[in-house]
Amino acid sequence: MAGSRIKLELSRVVQGESRLGVLKGLGRTGQHCLEVPGCLLYSHLGTVPHLTQDTLHTLKNIPAVTQVTLSSVAEHQEVLQEFKGGFKKFAGLHDTVVYCSLHDPAALCPPGYTTNKTVSVWGSGGRIELTVAKFMAIQKTIQPDWYQSMADGETWQSNTSRKRLRKSVDRTLAHLDECLTIHQNSQDLQGVEVFGVVEGGDILEERARSARETAKRPVAGFCLDGFQTGSMDQTLRTQLIKAIAKELPEDKPRLLQGVGRPDEVLACVEAGVDLFEGFFPFQVTERGCALSFSFDISLDPERAVLELNDDETCRAGEGQPNGEVTDGDQTQMTSFEINLKDKRYHDDFRPLVEGCGCYCCVNHQRAYLHHLLVTNELLAGVLLMIHNTAHYIGFFSTLREALANDKLDLLKRRQVILIATSFSVTVTPDGFESA
Amino acid sequence: MASLAQRKTLCVASPLTLRIVAECPVTKARACDLILPHSAVSTPVFMPVGTQGTLKGITVDQLDGLGCQICLGNTYHLGMRPGPDLIEKANGLHGFMNWKKNLLTDSGGFQMVSLVELSEVNEEGVKFKSPYDGKEILLSPEKSISIQNSLGSDIMMQLDDVVSSTVTGPRVEEAMHRSIRWLDRCIAANKNPDKQNLFAIIQGGLNADLRKACLDEMTQRNVPGFAIGGLSGGEEKDDFWRMVTLSTDHLPREKPRYLMGVGYAVDLVVCVALGCDMFDCVFPTRTARFGSALVPWGSLQVKHKQYAKDFQPIDPDCPCPTCKRHSRAYLHALFKSDTSAMHHITIHNIAYQLTLMRSVRQSIVDGRFPEFIRSFMKQMFPSPDQYPSWAVDALASVNVTLE
Repeated sequence: MAGSRIKLELSRVVQGESRLGVLKGLGRTGQHCLEVPGCLLYSHLGTVPHLTQDTLHTLKNIPAVTQVTLSSVAEHQEVLQEFKGGFKKFAGLHDTVVYCSLHDPAALCPPGYTTNKTVSVWGSGGRIELTVAKFMAIQKTIQPDWYQSMADGETWQSNTSRKRLRKSVDRTLAHLDECLTIHQNSQDLQGVEVFGVVEGGDILEERARSARETAKRPVAGFCLDGFQTGSMDQTLRTQLIKAIAKELPEDKPRLLQGVGRPDEVLACVEAGVDLFEGFFPFQVTERGCALSFSFDISLDPERAVLELNDDETCRAGEGQPNGEVTDGDQTQMTSFEINLKDKRYHDDFRPLVEGCGCYCCVNHQRAYLHHLLVTNELLAGVLLMIHNTAHYIGFFSTLREALANDKLDLLKRRQVILIATSFSVTVTPDGFESA
Repeated sequence: MASLAQRKTLCVASPLTLRIVAECPVTKARACDLILPHSAVSTPVFMPVGTQGTLKGITVDQLDGLGCQICLGNTYHLGMRPGPDLIEKANGLHGFMNWKKNLLTDSGGFQMVSLVELSEVNEEGVKFKSPYDGKEILLSPEKSISIQNSLGSDIMMQLDDVVSSTVTGPRVEEAMHRSIRWLDRCIAANKNPDKQNLFAIIQGGLNADLRKACLDEMTQRNVPGFAIGGLSGGEEKDDFWRMVTLSTDHLPREKPRYLMGVGYAVDLVVCVALGCDMFDCVFPTRTARFGSALVPWGSLQVKHKQYAKDFQPIDPDCPCPTCKRHSRAYLHALFKSDTSAMHHITIHNIAYQLTLMRSVRQSIVDGRFPEFIRSFMKQMFPSPDQYPSWAVDALASVNVTLE
């Protein structure tokens, strides 16, 4: 691991914190790059949920990095060992960088199974307990381009004690050292990068210590763990991330785990985060919803505000039935999406999002998606996943554009108004919305 | 029954042309170009079933990419949800699902009898209770055609009085005669004879005399095509093929023949030899979702443990997108993680069916269909003593002997 090949070239740092740049030298031959702030391509065992290569490649600007979770691969270790060619080849992924994370950000991981020497992951066949030795043996068979080092991330619950938090930081550092030792002696893992994991829950000093200590190790980048949606409010999250960022070198990427909601993404970019896991579009898809939030920043500011108002009046008219943004439950609908199962879309012949260029919006109408959802047809998941992924990729692209052109405020205001509107809509028992 | 005068006025040129490209000199097989309103269809053809206006997880572009020229929609399901009015507003089923090639819709009668409890048939139509709101609904021949007119399919099926193929006795005869009367009502009810083809359905159960009587009557009607119905419902295969071959013997050469509900590879090849042009079946797509992949030697259960470490494609000779990229082992693993595993097998199975029918057609065109049958059977069964006797007999009846 003599000097990592991954290079973060920053073109702009706004207000000392938000970073715009390109992550270069990705992949074992170093030919891939990823613009930051950006998101990874979320997958189930290397496959974007519901999609085949044909349907995936209807998308433009697909992120160059696919996230594979150890939790889904671990049970296939024996198979991969016999296959020998690594996970990428096994999964038929020819042209993507593979990043292996420990857990699936869209799946709950029951607490209470972590020990000094082990962490547990849940696959389709149940729990698998991992020591560092086992964790590294699996990495050798996966042969990812980069992976998250083993970590004790069981500290996201708000009532976790200071003692437990300190222990998680210590254990995670010990796991990292052990991972690095095995890594450096492994022929199979030559050219593979390791991301260290920053723990420490909601305690600032522990967060800073975790970051400082991890940064001393030869890692290519950092995973910020324990910040997932529902674990803390954004003010605290911002505060902690800013404190962590101060301890981390400027030239290495920071990947935030478990956060995907657009408003939270914006706030975390402002705090200094570069990369996000791309699981949010999948969660939206699973509840039969379509991302519909507007992120157009091409208008001049004054007109944009007017247009925003129009937009919101119209949105309020559509009346989001859920209104509330519930922090605790990631399966709850957010104000960034429309619920296509709703009866009002029964005869709505518009595309999901007017002007959207994705395969779903170019070819199909809300009424058709509504029909597919109420009849439980598999194509609903396929088309929604295509649209939601396209919309999310577009959001990140606009986010970078906003950073480059000093328009981040405008983009943020769109989100703020959106959320304010949705909060003001409540649903009365008979199903009619009232403001 | 429609009067002769009435029938005459309905003799508009149908929106269908059948060009016979080649006829097998040995069997009754033929290769045709069937020109329908939305595109030409090369027959013999297998038509995948897209029950609710979608083909089980496959996009219309993927289906088109596999070379599919015609697929099915189900009138019963679509009539219930989202309903004919909405589909009409969406420019028919083509517009609603955005499918540019041809569509065939069934009459809805079969589902009513097979899916809905408490359905009751009388001369007026089929009476049943909606499973969605419990309302009593009457599906008459007029209603079926009216829904199919809203769906705008290229081929509509008459409402027939469906009786299980294992039933015998006077009920079969009653159903046959009623199906003829209903055919006349369907013909009279068709609002779009210039855009939508209405096919008659030959009934008569497993009784040769009844079948023959039905054929005699129905072939006198001016319909653009015929279906052979009331089979593929659990009857003995020996009865099945005899009814098929009897039907094709009496159907006019210049009109397409559609054998309903048939989709197993062996059945397809044999029934092409018996003179059928069109087939449909839910089997290839349904079985795919359970992990069963169709291959020239039968099927392969991807979810079985024996494939966990099998790094070959499902069928090394298959050119489908699934076989080009993925191994049995990966698909086996993916079945535990994501629904896309089903889509991969569905794509493969549709590709298998369509490729099989293209090869059948090519061999007819090249004048080597009997040889094709022999090598097909050899591949499908480990040894000749495993050939099903009905298939051997059926093929012998059209002069093909299997060694």
